[in-house]
Amino acid sequence: MTSADFQTILPEILLSGFAMAALLLAVYTGKDKLGPMLVWATAGLFVALALYIGLAGEGERTVFSGLFTDDPFARFAKVTILLSAAAVLMMSQDYMSRRDLLRFEYPILVTLAVVGMMVMVSAADLITLYMGLELQSLSLYVVAAMRRDSAKSSEAGLKYFVLGALSSGLLLYGASLTYGYAGTTQFAGILTTVQDGVPLGLLFGLVFMLAGLAFKVSAAPFHMWTPDVYEGSPTPVTAFFATAPKVAAMALIARLVQDAFGGVPGQWGQVLAGLSVASMFLGAVAAIGQRDIKRLMAYSSIAHMGFALIGLAVGTAYGVQATLIYMAIYVTMNVGTFAFILSMERDGRPVSDIAGLNQFAKKEPWKALAMLVLLFSLAGVPPMVGFFGKFYVLKAAVDAGMVWLAVAGAIASVIGAFYYLRIVYFMYFGAEQEPVESRMAPVQWAMLAGVALMMVLGIVNLFGIEAPAALAAEALVR
Amino acid sequence: MENQILSIITFLPLVAAVILALFLRGDDAAARNGAKWLALITTAATFVISLFVLFRFDPSNTGFQFVEERGWILGLSYKMGVDGISILFVMLTTFLMPLTIWSCWGVETRVKEYMIAFLVLETLMLGVFCALDLVLFYLFFEAGLIPMFLIIGIWGGKDRIYAAFKFFLYTFLGSVLMLVAMIAMYLDAGTTDIVKLLAHDFGHETFSLLGIQVVGGLQTMLFLAFFASFAVKMPMWPVHTWLPDAHVQAPTAGSVVLAAILLKMGGYGFLRFSLPMFPVGSDVMGPMVLWMSAIAIVYTSLVALAQSDMKKLIAYSSVAHMGFVTMGIFAVNQQGVDGAIFQMISHGFISGALFLAVGVIYDRMHTREIDAYGGLVNRMPAYALVFMFFTMANVGLPGTSGFVGEFLTLVGIFQVNTWVAAVATSGVILSACYALWLYRRVVFGALVKDALKTITDMTGREKAIFAPLIAMTLLLGIYPSLVTNIIEPSVAALVADYHDAVPLAADSVTN
Repeated sequence: MTSADFQTILPEILLSGFAMAALLLAVYTGKDKLGPMLVWATAGLFVALALYIGLAGEGERTVFSGLFTDDPFARFAKVTILLSAAAVLMMSQDYMSRRDLLRFEYPILVTLAVVGMMVMVSAADLITLYMGLELQSLSLYVVAAMRRDSAKSSEAGLKYFVLGALSSGLLLYGASLTYGYAGTTQFAGILTTVQDGVPLGLLFGLVFMLAGLAFKVSAAPFHMWTPDVYEGSPTPVTAFFATAPKVAAMALIARLVQDAFGGVPGQWGQVLAGLSVASMFLGAVAAIGQRDIKRLMAYSSIAHMGFALIGLAVGTAYGVQATLIYMAIYVTMNVGTFAFILSMERDGRPVSDIAGLNQFAKKEPWKALAMLVLLFSLAGVPPMVGFFGKFYVLKAAVDAGMVWLAVAGAIASVIGAFYYLRIVYFMYFGAEQEPVESRMAPVQWAMLAGVALMMVLGIVNLFGIEAPAALAAEALVR
Repeated sequence: MENQILSIITFLPLVAAVILALFLRGDDAAARNGAKWLALITTAATFVISLFVLFRFDPSNTGFQFVEERGWILGLSYKMGVDGISILFVMLTTFLMPLTIWSCWGVETRVKEYMIAFLVLETLMLGVFCALDLVLFYLFFEAGLIPMFLIIGIWGGKDRIYAAFKFFLYTFLGSVLMLVAMIAMYLDAGTTDIVKLLAHDFGHETFSLLGIQVVGGLQTMLFLAFFASFAVKMPMWPVHTWLPDAHVQAPTAGSVVLAAILLKMGGYGFLRFSLPMFPVGSDVMGPMVLWMSAIAIVYTSLVALAQSDMKKLIAYSSVAHMGFVTMGIFAVNQQGVDGAIFQMISHGFISGALFLAVGVIYDRMHTREIDAYGGLVNRMPAYALVFMFFTMANVGLPGTSGFVGEFLTLVGIFQVNTWVAAVATSGVILSACYALWLYRRVVFGALVKDALKTITDMTGREKAIFAPLIAMTLLLGIYPSLVTNIIEPSVAALVADYHDAVPLAADSVTN
């Protein structure tokens, strides 16, 4: 271990150190009174680290004897994770403070989860992969159950924990099979082994690991926990679940299949394509009947994961680039949408029934307009930026000769458009009945309006994320 | 300046919409009037600038003119330009929009948003006709659904929700298949530049897909994907069912835009993409399209006879008239394609005017039921005259523009497929039946209904809106060369290229 090794994981060390220092500080001084301050400090640190990683990071190196790797791909994912986590933290502070939910543990647990995610996307070894994943998951189980006095929140936490543990078990089983047949836990070693053919045991290992990871991105048919957890958790936590962890898990799948099994795309391409089609259609169809906007967003995220998986399923560098861009657009849209959902309330209590949005546009034309833009963007209707995400992955699929996958995606996006339009319908055409109020902290309003503007203005050049995404994909796929 | 003029025309309404959204406050009478005037002035200014394009346009040049090109994301480009086929659609749009805006002077609910929706819609429609990049075209084509969805959904009639959703999902499904085809074209040709794609030869070797021999190969597949989108937009039988619902529920101005301009995007698409880019695919599928058009003409004319709602009747008549258009396009000869474009332009004036005419009495009586009217001539002589004129134009009376379009397409198709021509001609008779019968029931007879006893004739504003439409319908009917001179060279090039490409392909298949 050299100083270069530590230099590479400096952001992770900083964050871990910050988490522990904050914990000590809060326990020995003001406890929950420090909550808001900690939230803002954490968000600020995230943004600073994102800038540091994005601007200062360069080159590729694998450190700690091949356990941990730092390359453009990891940096792209880390910046996305950090920025989205910071955005979610900032907009949740007001909501949680007003409802007396803001324990000081919240920002600390989020920090630890983010450390886990950063380790995940940098993993170069099955052990690192598992460590990062578990650090992330354990922190998330706790935040899901943050609202201790609510049965639903506790249920969400428990459900998430049980199913998450199951998926971790699957993943571990797969990892041990892989180790048994490849004789190494390092991705580079596995890659050399599979060059001369994939033994059946190794294939089993791969499939089990993919199943475990599919749980984490909530791809169908491993999606069952998503709607309940999304609905039961406090809304800021739901917003967090829908953004950063999804990027991390998606990046982890990309890393695993490309770094460890890159030589044999035939072995996993079909699996991912199957997951992708199942998710797109399940997400699109099951969302139609939802009355709760949080459950709806859960199915929406399942469908979006299906689209993102298209890019990985095709197994090309262009596909990975498409997935990265898709995920970046997806988290941005979700930040905006959840900023709006956070503001929905009736008599000061948070609500999430869609019918309550009836004629919302009359009362709050600007918020409704911003939401309209976001919904059309989520549906993938041009000229919103969401369309370009879909365009990228469909192009990657056709490019790789998987036209059937592109056609399936196109049809699923039409079915999916229906339920986004249903929200527009309530906001603009519906009949008046028990209305919701929308109370927004300035930062939530800024997020909603900012994201909506980005969705429209991004059409000019997608804010230049094309080039870094291409660089990241090239680093991963060789 | 000359190179940016198309962008200026296209985005001027959008700029006005943004100004309206940002700077116009309040919902009092003054604000409402301000919104209406700003929209009217902007659309009128757009028309004036577009006249400049028309006068500077050189018809003898069959290439694209006023071309503007810039780099964009994904290796795409922002490229605009017009040729003899598209310029008249641009003119139709800019001509009709001020009239449409003027016709909704009576709207009182959410006026500002209404104006914004129409201004945005104008930008998107102009973009469709000017775009010279595949994805840019798709962007404008699809985005047009959003304002129209809102126009139907917010300002529409009783069943507006159902109609809005049906409209959106129907057209969206067609378009996403087109998107996949566009991506396939991009990968095949390596560019999304429409000018280069027009010169590109897409594969037409027969291949087998799931055990089915696909004659015309890739071209047929691409043709079908584009057909899914344009046939819905057009709309062609049997995917026309969204149109009557959308028309009936849409507010008057929405119906006008829908019938006069939005439907033309389908026909424009066939001319811009299907025929020149997939000649072999068009040749393979052409007979099917011809028969679908013939069925559409007869079937929807019969359906129109049975309608009790005025707007629905006119909507079905639109489907029938669009049948002539597709028939003319897929006859692929000079008369046929000339006639199709002429028919689209003329139908823009006539159907727009007919929907406006329904709007005039709907504003007074708030019903579209034919049975609620009768004997209007007694109290509304001016209205009876205007309605009579457009009824006759709709039937295709010689001297009106409706005649020229129908006649040219029939001449075109007669040279290609006599049976289709025979079937389609019977549609002309049927159209006279339903149109004249409608007119008799609404306007003639004794004025017996109490509610109608106090109805007032058209106001000066209403007359002023119809005047330019009447003038254009007559002018084009008497002097059709005004249109055909502009389109002829481009159409001739299109037809010649098509007939060069098809036998070549046939040779390579037999070898």
